[in-house]
Amino acid sequence: MISFTVNGRKRAYKGPPFKRLIDVLREDFGLTGTKEGCGEGECGACTVLVDRKPVTSCLVPVCQMEGRRIETVESLGREQRLGPLQSSFLEHGGAQCGFCTPGVLMTASVLPKSTAGDPLAIRRALSGHLCRCTGYQTIVESVAKAPRPKPRSRKR
Amino acid sequence: MRGSPGSMTVLRPRSAAEAVILCAKHPGCLPLAGGTDLMVLWNMGELNGRRILDLSGVAEWRAVRKTAAGLRVGALATHAELRDDAFVRREFPLLVQAAAAVGAAQIQNRGTLGGNIANASPAGDTFPALAVYEAQIRVVSAKGERVIPFSEFFAGVKKTNLAPGELVSEIEFPFPPSRPRRQLFRKVGTRAAMAISKTVAAGLLWLGPDHRVRELRFALGSMAPTVRRLRAVEEFARGKRLTTEVTAQACNLMSQDVCPIDDVRSTAEYRLRVSQNILAAFLLG
Ligand SMILES: Cc1cc2nc3c(=O)[nH]c(=O)nc-3n(C[C@H](O)[C@H](O)[C@H](O)COP(=O)(O)OP(=O)(O)OC[C@H]3O[C@@H](n4cnc5c(N)ncnc54)[C@H](O)[C@@H]3O)c2cc1C
Ligand code: FES
Ligand code: FES
Repeated sequence: MISFTVNGRKRAYKGPPFKRLIDVLREDFGLTGTKEGCGEGECGACTVLVDRKPVTSCLVPVCQMEGRRIETVESLGREQRLGPLQSSFLEHGGAQCGFCTPGVLMTASVLPKSTAGDPLAIRRALSGHLCRCTGYQTIVESVAKAPRPKPRSRKR
Repeated sequence: MRGSPGSMTVLRPRSAAEAVILCAKHPGCLPLAGGTDLMVLWNMGELNGRRILDLSGVAEWRAVRKTAAGLRVGALATHAELRDDAFVRREFPLLVQAAAAVGAAQIQNRGTLGGNIANASPAGDTFPALAVYEAQIRVVSAKGERVIPFSEFFAGVKKTNLAPGELVSEIEFPFPPSRPRRQLFRKVGTRAAMAISKTVAAGLLWLGPDHRVRELRFALGSMAPTVRRLRAVEEFARGKRLTTEVTAQACNLMSQDVCPIDDVRSTAEYRLRVSQNILAAFLLG
């Protein structure tokens, strides 16, 4: 048995240990937000966070997930209550067919503060994602213009 | 065909000692580190039925640490860990630049230095840096430990001199003799991210007080079946002032140590010309 958390919820997986993380998420847990594009690590569509770091889930066997914290696009918001990053994509046209979007959102959700609003730094950080539709400009705008969670006040 | 999870057996050692024992007990098992090379093959259905030795639980081989002699990198340290390490950034900047050139963020978060080396692609982006820093590869098996100089580690395309049952445990980087006057890392691919190199270079240069070359180290990847130090160029430059004339002659000597080929990514002619331009720019400063 392999235990880990997905979107904050404890999960126990009992299937074959070499199943890919993307397939476990989609087939065993019904989290179909994560998409498979190339299956070779090149396109970034399948990106999820493992311990807050973006990884391509098509290249991860689930046996390596013991004790890890996994987050998928489902953690960012719900249909009627989108997260700020998702709303920004909607507003600025960052998604067209939407196939690359869940992966892009996950990488964008952990961009370091230093990249905030810096288009070049955003492009560099998102370089592991391919998009066949948008031409990237609206993706960069959506990320740059998304309201960031306010830094917590140090005092008190 | 696809990878079939049900056909695989996974061994999960919890320590280096256990990994070595399991590796000896199961000849033909496939070590797995970050999986960024191995899982691509598996997804294509090429590794079905194999036994996997998952090294990710071997904490001893994760560390990146400073030693009296230099730097020690555990085989399982990721490219992201190398890229972000303050000591490595200060003392071995070419290694940082190389790690930052591997794939993109998602690949750097999973891919390891040990996996890059053991995979032995002619285009491995960390190799020119390892060559000019004169890294030593520590390997271990049930028979014991040995150290292989990086220059003797590869046997050919996708082939290493690891004996059956041997695992890469650590990579050691001795401090360079002094701070180099100039240093260079340069990767040339089709695009900035996720591209396999057409050519990839690393260089270190020390000059004497009279501006003559005290020592030059220059290495190229993707230009031969394995990474190459440009020994002829390095010897030629020693003791000389780096004039335009000397630089041109040095560039002409490049082909003594490399033999680029035409393939899907580039042509031999392009590879040689671009590599010569990179060397010339480096020597002229
Ligand atoms: C989309 C994509 C882009 C990439 N871009 C680049 C790039 O730009 N530059 C580049 O150099 N590489 C690139 N790679 C290749 C790969 O990411 C690197 O080679 C990486 O360092 C491999 O490390 P890993 O830990 O993932 O290896 P794994 O896939 O786990 O293993 C690779 C091989 O090494 C063996 N192995 C692993 N660890 C050990 C060990 N400790 N002892 C003995 N054998 C071992 C495995 O059995 C396997 O044969 C890319 C890969 C992908 C999928
Ligand atoms: S589907 Fe995983 S990177 Fe393309
Ligand atoms: S929106 Fe269609 S691939 Fe990016």
